Amino acid sequence: MWLLLPALTFAQSAPSAPRPEPVEISLWHSYRGAERDALEQVLSDYDAAHPELKITPLALPSESFNTKLEAAAPRGNGPELFIAASERIGSWSASEIIAPVDFQAQDFHPVTVAGVQWQDQSWGIPLASKCVALFYDPLQVDQAPQTTDELLQIARGLRDPESMHYGLAYEAASAYFNAAWLHGFGGGIFKDGEPDLASEENAAAMSFVFSLIENDLLPQEPTGALVTQLFNSGQAAMVLSGPWMLGEIDPSKEFRVAPLPKISATGEPAAPYVTVEATFVSAHALHPELALALAEHLASPAAARVRAVSGRQVVATQSVWDAPELAQDPILSAFRTQADRGVAMPLNPEMGASWEPMARAWRRVLRGAMTPEQALNAAQTELEIVIRPSPPEVDWRPYAVVLGLVLLVSLAWFIKALFSARTAIAKWRFAYAYIAPAALAMGALVLLPFIVGAGVSLFAHSDGSFTFVGIQHYLDIALARDWSITAPQSFWFTLAVTVLWTVANVLLHVGIGVGLAMLLREPWVRLRGVFRVLLILPWAIPNYITALIWKGMFHRQFGAINGLLTALGLEPVSWFGSFWTAFAANLTTNTWLGFPFMMVVTLGALQSIPRDLEAAAEVDGANGWQRFRHITLPLLKPALLPAVILGSVWTFNMFNVIYLVSGGEPDGSTEILVSEAYRWAFTRQHQYGYASAYAVMIFGVLLLYSRAMNRIAGKKVL
Amino acid sequence: MKRQVSVWRLVATHLFLVVVTLAVLYPVLWVLDMALTPGQAFAMDPIPWPSNPSLEHFEKVISTTSSDGRWLFGRQLLNSLIVAGATSILGIGLAATAGYAMSRWAFPGRDIGMGLFLVTQMFPGVVMAVPLYILLDELSLLDSMAGLALVYATTSVPFCTWNLKGYFDTLPLELEEAARMDGASRWTTFWRILLPLSKPALVVTGLFSFMTAWNEFILAATFLGKEEAFTLPVVLNGYVGDFGTDWGSFAAAAILVSLPVMGLFFALQRQLVEGLTAGSVKG
Repeated sequence: MWLLLPALTFAQSAPSAPRPEPVEISLWHSYRGAERDALEQVLSDYDAAHPELKITPLALPSESFNTKLEAAAPRGNGPELFIAASERIGSWSASEIIAPVDFQAQDFHPVTVAGVQWQDQSWGIPLASKCVALFYDPLQVDQAPQTTDELLQIARGLRDPESMHYGLAYEAASAYFNAAWLHGFGGGIFKDGEPDLASEENAAAMSFVFSLIENDLLPQEPTGALVTQLFNSGQAAMVLSGPWMLGEIDPSKEFRVAPLPKISATGEPAAPYVTVEATFVSAHALHPELALALAEHLASPAAARVRAVSGRQVVATQSVWDAPELAQDPILSAFRTQADRGVAMPLNPEMGASWEPMARAWRRVLRGAMTPEQALNAAQTELEIVIRPSPPEVDWRPYAVVLGLVLLVSLAWFIKALFSARTAIAKWRFAYAYIAPAALAMGALVLLPFIVGAGVSLFAHSDGSFTFVGIQHYLDIALARDWSITAPQSFWFTLAVTVLWTVANVLLHVGIGVGLAMLLREPWVRLRGVFRVLLILPWAIPNYITALIWKGMFHRQFGAINGLLTALGLEPVSWFGSFWTAFAANLTTNTWLGFPFMMVVTLGALQSIPRDLEAAAEVDGANGWQRFRHITLPLLKPALLPAVILGSVWTFNMFNVIYLVSGGEPDGSTEILVSEAYRWAFTRQHQYGYASAYAVMIFGVLLLYSRAMNRIAGKKVL
Repeated sequence: MKRQVSVWRLVATHLFLVVVTLAVLYPVLWVLDMALTPGQAFAMDPIPWPSNPSLEHFEKVISTTSSDGRWLFGRQLLNSLIVAGATSILGIGLAATAGYAMSRWAFPGRDIGMGLFLVTQMFPGVVMAVPLYILLDELSLLDSMAGLALVYATTSVPFCTWNLKGYFDTLPLELEEAARMDGASRWTTFWRILLPLSKPALVVTGLFSFMTAWNEFILAATFLGKEEAFTLPVVLNGYVGDFGTDWGSFAAAAILVSLPVMGLFFALQRQLVEGLTAGSVKG
């Protein structure tokens, strides 16, 4: 078995030819579809023209891009250069992932130049901009609306509830899309560099969108996929979306793009955020001049032209726009005009932390739970809590002393234990040889990373630097210092939800699993093999896809579940609008995923239970339930208990279902501890230390739980 | 001991099973519907049946090529098979020896060791990716299938160990004792007597390890540095973008990824039922 390892390692390193190797320049990006094809074409042309180079592009899933980059780059494993949105410049420059670059700014669109500036330096070479504009169907809308009043008039005229027809559709609960309205009404996230969410202007923008919902002019719970689909099928005449939608529009469909209208109330144009995509040169690049030359080439007019024409990018290079095929391209021109009117995405770290509270504020207003003023005040408070300053640095020496003492005492205890058991240990020497491979592998690859990860909880992370703060994070979490104990974001509230989540799931998994197994063991049931295989299918499909399917099925307006309820004459339910329904949606999904395991465990255990006892009890007049309760269940218990403990540990940390189905809605109340830890690590200013403290506390809770279970069971179960 | 079952009970039970099975299959049919519908369809009408089915998404997913024109899907499928296969072998190897020791011998530290194995299941993965990355880098196992298989195997070993220990506990000691009397070494007894008797449990253990490796993408995307080296779930995840998701390709790839596991479940269902003891103690 161990022979396999070197063989596999070897298979990775192919023997190299003796001729002089060209210099390898690696480039990471996360483009897909046409953008990716255009980029690769530009790269391979450059590669062909430069025989001394070998360019190796790598397309990464956008979800793992940042994690990979931020793990690899500081250790010198990163790419020479990479393409990404510029939002993380602050953190990347602080943690020395990227190096500043000098470039001739005059040929670039001003918004994109602003988008790569941070602390008076340029950090990347702009490639393209992305922002929202108005797509419309010329068969239904003659001319793009110039003002919001016109927009409303058209939307009202085309709305037909009978045929589910909409004049306007967009992701109305998204803080990103709605930012265009905030800016048009004169508001925004920051005022003079400070977060200023609770402004009158923002409230006015929220009231405007709420009136769209109130007058039934927008589809409910609109997701990107739904918006695309409504537009493709002609059920939505106008939609707000960005260039990423171009590849998803039905090729046979005719459409136009126009800049967003002016806000009638203020006379100012709606101004969306402009995301700037740029090429960044790694601070660890082995060949920085070659990398920079390639980055400059990607932004050059020749390359920009390919990216614009075949990649459909709104390129930052201005001189290309005079080329005939671009000057006459109405779609790209419209996006370009929109970018002129847009607001460059702010690069300060507080911006990244503002999305979650703002999205929550929008949803609160749109479902009628709060007025705009209330929701914005709540969002301001939530944002201030998240961006509070890190705890002060503390002296690490007392901790080192305590840690040293603890280590010494445990070492002494360990040696004493070894010594007192020395004869037994010598006697069982061979047994240790048997567990050594597993113990070594687990110690190195599970225990060690966890100890390191847990150690991070004693530090506060901000912009790439860590400061020692001791147990401050634990105190803040346990004493509910950031959020009051009853707020959905507090540790204790989330813990309560997590416990409820775990108990409900395990009960359902075991109940359904045992029930089905009891049926499937009866010899008179036909096609038992077929049922068995079909019923364990949920276990075989990756849960991140089925969780997304379930989310779609719980859609308020277009989901299959509400379709079924309506067919039965019941009222459709807004599943993610209240805690219990959202919880039920999560629970349904996870029960679907989890019962097959318990069913199979039970089927296995039932095989070793003789049925004569039951038959005897039946002769004595015991009914089915009594036989199950007093004979079968006690016999199943030894097999089920370990499965229950394992199942609860898995469910307790079941991140995918929570994150993908309810996403914590409403207002973060259905979040569980592990998804909350994830948010601290990735959406709330990358507070890795705080997230790690959460992880350690999760571990502590589970440890206590397994202790308690062993006590309840009266013996050691696992 | 054959009993008469009333017709009502017979019909009701079968009806119930059919309804439950349909409910279980419903979301699966949705994935199939999305994969077979041309363009981008997502959960709109209650009946998941493609109106004009086409295999375009499957063709697109399977025919993906790298920037220099080499066929990627086959290569990535092979990577997935190698990594998942190596994970199963490693997982079985590590878990069988450890499970055997824990089942047969009451050595000092056994209970603590078993507790520690359970405890590792409680570590939330959210904090572990970066330390693991650094560790693999130090061991020069980054960007290799061996490193990935090792990491996957260690995540599945605790479950596999309990499961095998539970199964070993149910096997009578007499055979081993007889073999030992005849002069067989401990290893020979374990290898020649016990393992052949434990086939169902070994199959489950292997299947479980296989699935752990087969479906994982975050660590794979973080550790692997070349598109030719990616496993299929990384590719599957690549269809989900920051600004939008290619649902059709995502669904088609999901089905292609699930098929081998479904096939394994089907082929191994008997062993699955017999071999999954999840560490059950002798009843």
